[in-house]
Amino acid sequence: MRRLAAPAAQLGVLIVVIAAWQLATGSGTSPYFLPPSAIVSFMYHQWFDGPASHLWLTSDATGNLLPSLGRMLVGLVIASLIGVAVGVAIGRVRVLAELAEPLVHFGRAIPPPVMVPFFLFLFKIGTPMEAASIAFGVVWPVLLNTIDGARHVHPGQLETARAFRIGPVQRLVRVILPAAAPKIFAGLRLGVAMALILMVVSEFQGATDGIGYEVANAQTTLDMSTIWGAIVFLGLLGVVLNLIFAVAERRALAWQRGSARAE
Amino acid sequence: MLEINGLTRTYGSHKAIADVSLQVADGELVSIVGPSGCGKSTLLRCVAGLLTPTAGRVVLNGTVVTRVPDRLGVVFQDYSRSLYPWLSVADNVALPLVRGKRRPADRRKAAFTALESVGLAGFAGRYPWQLSGGMQQRVAIARALAYDPVLLLMDEPFGSVDAQTREDLEDLVLRVRVERSITILLVTHDIDESVYTGDRVVVLSKGPGTVLAEVPVNLPAPRDQISTKELREFAHLRTEVSRLVRGTRQSPLPEPPLTHL
Repeated sequence: MRRLAAPAAQLGVLIVVIAAWQLATGSGTSPYFLPPSAIVSFMYHQWFDGPASHLWLTSDATGNLLPSLGRMLVGLVIASLIGVAVGVAIGRVRVLAELAEPLVHFGRAIPPPVMVPFFLFLFKIGTPMEAASIAFGVVWPVLLNTIDGARHVHPGQLETARAFRIGPVQRLVRVILPAAAPKIFAGLRLGVAMALILMVVSEFQGATDGIGYEVANAQTTLDMSTIWGAIVFLGLLGVVLNLIFAVAERRALAWQRGSARAE
Repeated sequence: MLEINGLTRTYGSHKAIADVSLQVADGELVSIVGPSGCGKSTLLRCVAGLLTPTAGRVVLNGTVVTRVPDRLGVVFQDYSRSLYPWLSVADNVALPLVRGKRRPADRRKAAFTALESVGLAGFAGRYPWQLSGGMQQRVAIARALAYDPVLLLMDEPFGSVDAQTREDLEDLVLRVRVERSITILLVTHDIDESVYTGDRVVVLSKGPGTVLAEVPVNLPAPRDQISTKELREFAHLRTEVSRLVRGTRQSPLPEPPLTHL
């Protein structure tokens, strides 16, 4: 796709919006809308002003940001493994698909945040509860996309595997999973967005640390700096995660772009 | 020795092939030609053990084929589907060897040798989609050869490449066949190709496919794209096969319109 707007123009728009925000709020008249300069300065002192030995992370950052990231990672990994494994099984075994279909539709229809209180009872306050909540949110998009991808492996590719008597393990690892990979990646990308949401939601409710916990605390103490800091931090985190993901996807699916161009 | 006895295959109420019987000697190249929809591919898939016949059976070297036999190589028409775009050329060729050769180094060596024999030694690290159609079909042939087949099944293998490439690939098949004394069943809809490559041409009738005729091809070896096709005998054979294939076609006139429904 041809780009109509130059990167410089994109950056320009960003700068203009931030500058306008700064101008509108710089006088400090509103207690709710903090100027970007104040937010950045707050974020720096709150999280990134630590000793070099801690990679400049403050104790607040190591105590709240790192646990949040850890939970998100654990939840993502668990959900991805389950989603891909179950998804391939359902996608490839027709009877399993027919049996599981209503269950899958029910499961994915549940708004994941409603599971948080349940997991809170099940696991008590702490990382397992948050990881479970995140995993519940992530697993459905991964599962559904994997089912779709595994189901629609081209018949010619499967017939070739049969004709050359490629065994079940090789068929799974070298044929079915790569063929389904574009769909699996699409599911994972949705999963990352869900993970971010559920990380915060679960920490609102059942955590003694983490960025969500910090925000919930700030809410009761009317600490607008922390709230704005968290908003900006989470937005940036989302952007960074998407970027990492896009790079990984580009590498893993290089063949897909190449073969699409060749056709 | 490949024996096909009374092979019939139906899909629901549609009969694709009916009572096909055929014997193929070791090292023979039999080309199978017929109008589209004559069940050529169905026949080949039954021989490959990819389809279970409705009636009749396929016997390869004394064993009834009930699943894909050992040492069977297949080259499909659609190379873009039969080669995996996520694997390099070398990995595509080496993948089926996992069963026979446990050590990766052995697999690499066998893959490289096979690629060398089809003239693609320098392309091992490329991906299929970086190659032309003809080169991709060479990779597919190399994959079948690396598998060290006794029987090679080719399902309209050159149907998707240009005429010049097609001739090169035909000669490639004739060459490796002499080098390795493989039995080959080559399905094609190209009459020239069936005569040029075959020791025998089997003509199938329009669906449901049955063996309409077997035409022995006594052209001198080695065959040559120019001089073989100049021979009076070649012209005679292609006319004969052509007449047989055409005779099976439906009348080119449109059917009378239905006046009552």
